[in-house]
Amino acid sequence: MEFPDLGPLWLTLKLAGATTLALLFIGTPLAWWIAFTRARVKAPIEAITALPLVLPPTVLGFYLLIFMSPSSPLGSFWVSVTGDALTFSFTGLVAASVLYSLPFMVQPLQTAFEAVGRGPLEAAATLRASPLDAFFNVAAPMAARGYLTATVLTFAHTVGEFGVVLMVGGNIPGETKVISIAIYEHVETINYADAHVLSGLMLLFSFLVLLFVYGMNRRMPVRTG
Amino acid sequence: MGELFFDISLGFEGFQLSAEARVALHGITALFGPSGSGKSTLLRVLAGLETQARGTITFDGEDWQQSGAGIFVPPHKRGAGFVFQDARLFPHLGVHGNLSFAARRAPARENGINMETVIKALDLAPLLPRRPASLSGGERQRVAIGRTLLSRPRLLLMDEPLAALDLKRKAEILPYIEKLPGTFGVPVIYVSHAIDEVAQLASRMIVLSNGTKIAEGGVSDVLERLDLPEAAGRFEAGVVLTAKVLSHDTGYHLTTLEHKGQKLVMPLANLAAGAEARLRIRARDVALATKQPEGISVRNILTGTVREIREEAQTAHAEVLVDIGGAGLRARLTRASVAELGLQPGTPVFALVKSISFDRRMLAGGCELS
Repeated sequence: MEFPDLGPLWLTLKLAGATTLALLFIGTPLAWWIAFTRARVKAPIEAITALPLVLPPTVLGFYLLIFMSPSSPLGSFWVSVTGDALTFSFTGLVAASVLYSLPFMVQPLQTAFEAVGRGPLEAAATLRASPLDAFFNVAAPMAARGYLTATVLTFAHTVGEFGVVLMVGGNIPGETKVISIAIYEHVETINYADAHVLSGLMLLFSFLVLLFVYGMNRRMPVRTG
Repeated sequence: MGELFFDISLGFEGFQLSAEARVALHGITALFGPSGSGKSTLLRVLAGLETQARGTITFDGEDWQQSGAGIFVPPHKRGAGFVFQDARLFPHLGVHGNLSFAARRAPARENGINMETVIKALDLAPLLPRRPASLSGGERQRVAIGRTLLSRPRLLLMDEPLAALDLKRKAEILPYIEKLPGTFGVPVIYVSHAIDEVAQLASRMIVLSNGTKIAEGGVSDVLERLDLPEAAGRFEAGVVLTAKVLSHDTGYHLTTLEHKGQKLVMPLANLAAGAEARLRIRARDVALATKQPEGISVRNILTGTVREIREEAQTAHAEVLVDIGGAGLRARLTRASVAELGLQPGTPVFALVKSISFDRRMLAGGCELS
């Protein structure tokens, strides 16, 4: 048996890594705002954040394709700045994945921040800690479990992405041909042997990720003051 | 001597806080009132934790808040330490970590507050290696007080720090709090709805009711007022008086004290002769007689004259303030007794005080009965 091309595997890990990193920066302030705001727009924002959970990926992919195409305002702006199109490119795939995986980052963080609550932050403020200081030295460590869950789930969910990639990224080797697309292509061409290897790797990976998350949750019991 | 001035208002659903006062920045000032009177909210406003509050707060000439001019100093820049009712230790840090969290952020001026002095004053050494979750309620509050001190606050705000503790733990911590202003030179504003805590700790008090200030002044003066029934809670109403220790009788285990030239007897107190003790006498523990009683077990009978009578309409009771050589003593009688004895301002009376009503925790300096 010949070993299949592992390029799609590396591309997948690169995409998931970039998406997770981007979402850590975007998801933290968003989750923080949702957790602590008293504004009325909280409910609509929460609903929009959760949309990727319920939308068929093809629907999300379809709209993204339209918004990012070089003929749209956003797409043409991107082309004028970078010279490249967003659609059918790795960058466009990262942008799409950020939206697609948004709830997997935001919801665990929001729950973790809500569990921290205002109490410890008020205590930190009266001990002369600035809001940023209080975030990094009180809220973030207390929400460590939430960060672990959010990071792992976001990464794993991006790895399993298919519909959005198909719509926005297509199937360009080394650029947008991620593992799920490669498996689909192997099956289409009745190359079951390669499909087996890649699918087996995905199965093993997914199991290990979940085992890690549940294992860490056992080892990091919630400590209360 | 600096002062804290505030004139603030804050409204939320069904509640309006609107209070103004000047607080001298030394010793302990109590913010006193029943549950829901707004005292904790007022304390949070002073700390800057209620961003919706409007008005003026000036600390020792420095603006903390001037809503008209758009000035609002955030809590971490006010230098007001806050001890919360629920301690709020950081669960991800140990006791030592919690203390050094505050110490690292404290301004670098030498004022006698450092790890060593605070750990010593609050007996925290045995707790240092432990985690907050493993501490008892009383230990947690001691750590919280130590942590707040280590941030070198210019003002210490304490929000019912003993409310969650049982009587025994309260009695353990009270002496620590009592000596804070003296040991560390930090003025304290202490919120409480327990009159015995206020009587032991504070020299001045502000009384709040339904979000407004209804009285302020020295603790003894405020407690003598009969027009503040709900403030002190009828059952616990009473006065604080200062008495000098005269002698001890080790045979009968009694201590004799002098108050305004009259003698008082109480269970043996571990106090040197000549020392001053702060005693609290509850109105319900005082009876009045118009003739010298005879053949009676009560040992403390003080002579005085009725200064003021306040009958409570729709109830059986009346509060009587008796003048004992210039100091006040409150008695709670039935309105029927007031009528039968013919009491009115100026009537000479004998006030009978049950000796057991002297509260051991009311001794100045936190000494124990032996």
